[in-house]
Amino acid sequence: MELTVQDLACARGGVPVLEGVGFTLRGGRALLLRGPNGIGKTTLLRTLAGLQPPLAGRISAPPETMAYAAHADGLKATLTVEENLRFWARVFGTRGIDRALDEFALRDLAQRQAQNLSAGQKRRLGLARLLVTGRPIWVLDEPTVSLDTASVALFGQAVARHLRGGGAALIATHIHLGFEAEELDVTPFKAKPRALGHFDEAFA
Amino acid sequence: MIALLSRDLALAIRAGGGFGLGLAFFLIVVVLVPFGVGPESTILSVIAPGILWVGALLACLLSLDRIFALDYEDGSLDLLATAPIPLEGVVAMKAAAHWVTTGLPLTLAAPGLGLLMNLEPAAYGWLVLSLALGTPALSMIGTFGAALTVGLKRGGLLLSLLVLPLYVPTLIFGAETVGRGADGLATTTPVLMLAGITLATLALLPFAAAAAIRINLR
Repeated sequence: MELTVQDLACARGGVPVLEGVGFTLRGGRALLLRGPNGIGKTTLLRTLAGLQPPLAGRISAPPETMAYAAHADGLKATLTVEENLRFWARVFGTRGIDRALDEFALRDLAQRQAQNLSAGQKRRLGLARLLVTGRPIWVLDEPTVSLDTASVALFGQAVARHLRGGGAALIATHIHLGFEAEELDVTPFKAKPRALGHFDEAFA
Repeated sequence: MIALLSRDLALAIRAGGGFGLGLAFFLIVVVLVPFGVGPESTILSVIAPGILWVGALLACLLSLDRIFALDYEDGSLDLLATAPIPLEGVVAMKAAAHWVTTGLPLTLAAPGLGLLMNLEPAAYGWLVLSLALGTPALSMIGTFGAALTVGLKRGGLLLSLLVLPLYVPTLIFGAETVGRGADGLATTTPVLMLAGITLATLALLPFAAAAAIRINLR
């Protein structure tokens, strides 16, 4: 699985934030996106995941190959950990949530309702969802927010295992995750202020 | 897609899910009317079809803003939009879940409330039939409205303003079916119109609603 991005430009709220972004991500590799707050990392990841159209440029892999995880975990408070995971497994047509429960140390919490989890436990459950999607490219936006060091290590191991299995990961983060990864600073791609002209965001 | 439907139904039944809320509202509205209008059974039986239908419509409206708002707030909607299920299917399942939790109980409870309104005996069958045919359209139109207003703060009121005018044709033909049934007249035309409206909304609105969500998620 290879993801090539060429000359990509993306906008947030009708204002271009990044332009000329280009990189290649091969299977088994991880790429960390760096850059200050507000530079457009989230916008770039949402564009790649297919949640918004690019202004320009080419993305070689379709959104169907990517598993997207953002700041919000998409958990249902009144469902248990197991029910939350099982729902996503059924949506993505994969079976078996055992690996996800084990890799993120959620086995003991399986019968607990998501509303009774701590912030870090919720985050772990949100990340465990990535394993049940069965998709090769992980697109992660600040995955380690509210995780303690032990959980960050768990997450690092899960990503490393995913990479060894031929998957790829694109991660926007500010911290060191404990595995080998290339880095891409998106600051040089900051879009110059200009009028958008004919671009209609709603019908692009 | 079945997974989404069963999850939404499970969420509706659990604490804070709002299952039965619409039904209780319908009950109270219909019980209040005789207090306001007075107990003359002749007047009540004349206005019964209209009151029952308006009550059902308002009860449907009550839970519409929750259809996508909760999923939007907790991030599930983003994740569903990137999932293998087409967004049109998500919309259809959301409308189906809304119908099972509001439209279906309303339809089943309506005969009991017809009794309170002194509805003509001949009209009971038509009341159930018209609600069974009409409430799916109410859920589908409401889901479309919810898709348009997803992400807006305090979108609930705007949603009501958008959706209520779209409910008018269903209301007219639904109440007309019951009214004609009560008077012993032919009901074929309003029943066919009602069914036609429902089928048209079910065929077209999932696509419109999915497009609205895509735009709102950007």
